[in-house]
Amino acid sequence: MVYLRLFWIFLRVSVISEFQYRVNFFVQLFQSALALGTGLVAMSLVFSYTQNLAGWTQPELLAVMGVHIIVGGLIKTVIQPNMNRLIEDIQEGTLDFALTKPADAQAIISVREFRIWQLIDLVLGSVVLGYAISQLSTSLGWLSALAFAAAVLLGGLMIYSVWLMLSVGAFWIIRADNFLEIFDSLYQAGRWPVSIYPGWLKHTLTFVLPIAFAVTLPAETLARQLNGQNLLFALGLTVLLLVVSRLFWRFGLRHYTGASA
Amino acid sequence: MKQHLDLYLTLLKTSIISQFQYRVAHLFWLLAMMVEPVVYLVVWGTIATSQGGNVAGYTAGTFAAYYITWTLVRQMNIALTPYAFENRIRKGRLSNELMRPIHPIHFDMSYFMSLKVVTIVLWLPIAGLLWWVFQPVFTFTAWWQIPAFILALLGGFVTRFLCLWALGLVTFWVTKVSAVFELYFTIELLLSGRLVPLAIMPAWVRDISQWLPFQWTFGFPIDVAVGTLTGPQVAWGLAMQAVWMLIAGGILALVWPHAVRRYSAVGA
Repeated sequence: MVYLRLFWIFLRVSVISEFQYRVNFFVQLFQSALALGTGLVAMSLVFSYTQNLAGWTQPELLAVMGVHIIVGGLIKTVIQPNMNRLIEDIQEGTLDFALTKPADAQAIISVREFRIWQLIDLVLGSVVLGYAISQLSTSLGWLSALAFAAAVLLGGLMIYSVWLMLSVGAFWIIRADNFLEIFDSLYQAGRWPVSIYPGWLKHTLTFVLPIAFAVTLPAETLARQLNGQNLLFALGLTVLLLVVSRLFWRFGLRHYTGASA
Repeated sequence: MKQHLDLYLTLLKTSIISQFQYRVAHLFWLLAMMVEPVVYLVVWGTIATSQGGNVAGYTAGTFAAYYITWTLVRQMNIALTPYAFENRIRKGRLSNELMRPIHPIHFDMSYFMSLKVVTIVLWLPIAGLLWWVFQPVFTFTAWWQIPAFILALLGGFVTRFLCLWALGLVTFWVTKVSAVFELYFTIELLLSGRLVPLAIMPAWVRDISQWLPFQWTFGFPIDVAVGTLTGPQVAWGLAMQAVWMLIAGGILALVWPHAVRRYSAVGA
């Protein structure tokens, strides 16, 4: 309960401070629209030459793109800003301020920042996804909608865990930002279903950086069919990653000496 | 002239040495940049295979050749982004550079040239790996293809460098410029041959991009290497590079004195 209130307070503070920069809303809108436009151009080029891409039809691929934008928006709203701040704090020794607070340190460092203007991607992605679903012949039950929400949540938690582990690397390697560069570009590969990639890339996108679970699986749940087995597997992997990242965080903390110490 | 040559040699030497200190960071960065072309390559290779082996004249093998050369051209193409001007002007760093008796563009140029030396060394093993995985098919028709490719590669870099430097000067007049640059880079992505070879694009897009600088700095050197161009087409491309160098260089020479005056007027 305390943590829920903490979350709420951090969220409010971020929203208030972001509202000071309302121009950023338009800057973000412009950027998101350009990115969406480029994605649509690429897709229309693909479908001017073929009817399906490795078994995926156009509405199905649009659904993948919609989910990719939605999840990307979530990452940029919550996960990325918090992890960037964590790395910065470790580099500069200001993590002390978070550690000395009378609450769980991992909870605090995970919810300190919210970039609310990035939520524009959530809206744009939902529009794309909604349009894609309307083009599909399958009808959507509440069960698949629920499964979709669960799949996005699980995928988000997995990405959070992996990102946390990479950021914790900053306790040893100060220049951890370079790893994150790779994450960013690998995430772009999630715009297409991971099944089209050759084995080595597919496995990287499934088990090293779980983009397959965060983007392709939710899209599949909606656009193709609900696969209970995959969802259960995702649940298991999420729990595992959360536990491992928690342990790794505690292990990393023991190597943190602080700036003043 | 000799004075400039000496300057370049000295700057190149010191810059290369200092860049090699960050080789691991460079390598990570380079690896991150490989994802984009690999994604394009997989998508278009898949389509080519499913369409009976050929899309607009490209097979899976020529797509591989295109996008592997892409990785080199992309590295060679890296130039000062116009965003850097925002930093220089807002933080007043330009003041130091203006104190020197040589135009600041030469310092940028030699810095980016030194970067190429470092990245080519790191790029070679990665390119070998991509070659082995994707089995590219190059068409080698004439001896001049190799010198023409090197020339086109260098020309592409200088052209893009000058265009971006000229664009960066907008910052002296407008403070919120990121939208302009963002738009420029999106157009470049679509019309340069970075997203797809221009042969894939509809005819009207190709007609437009003929008259813009983008394709001459990116798709053109790649096409020379892959071997899809005839002799006259290569000559035409090199001429277009020269034209755009002159245009961008001319704008630079004309606008720069005004921009500098503007800078001192803003204060700092």
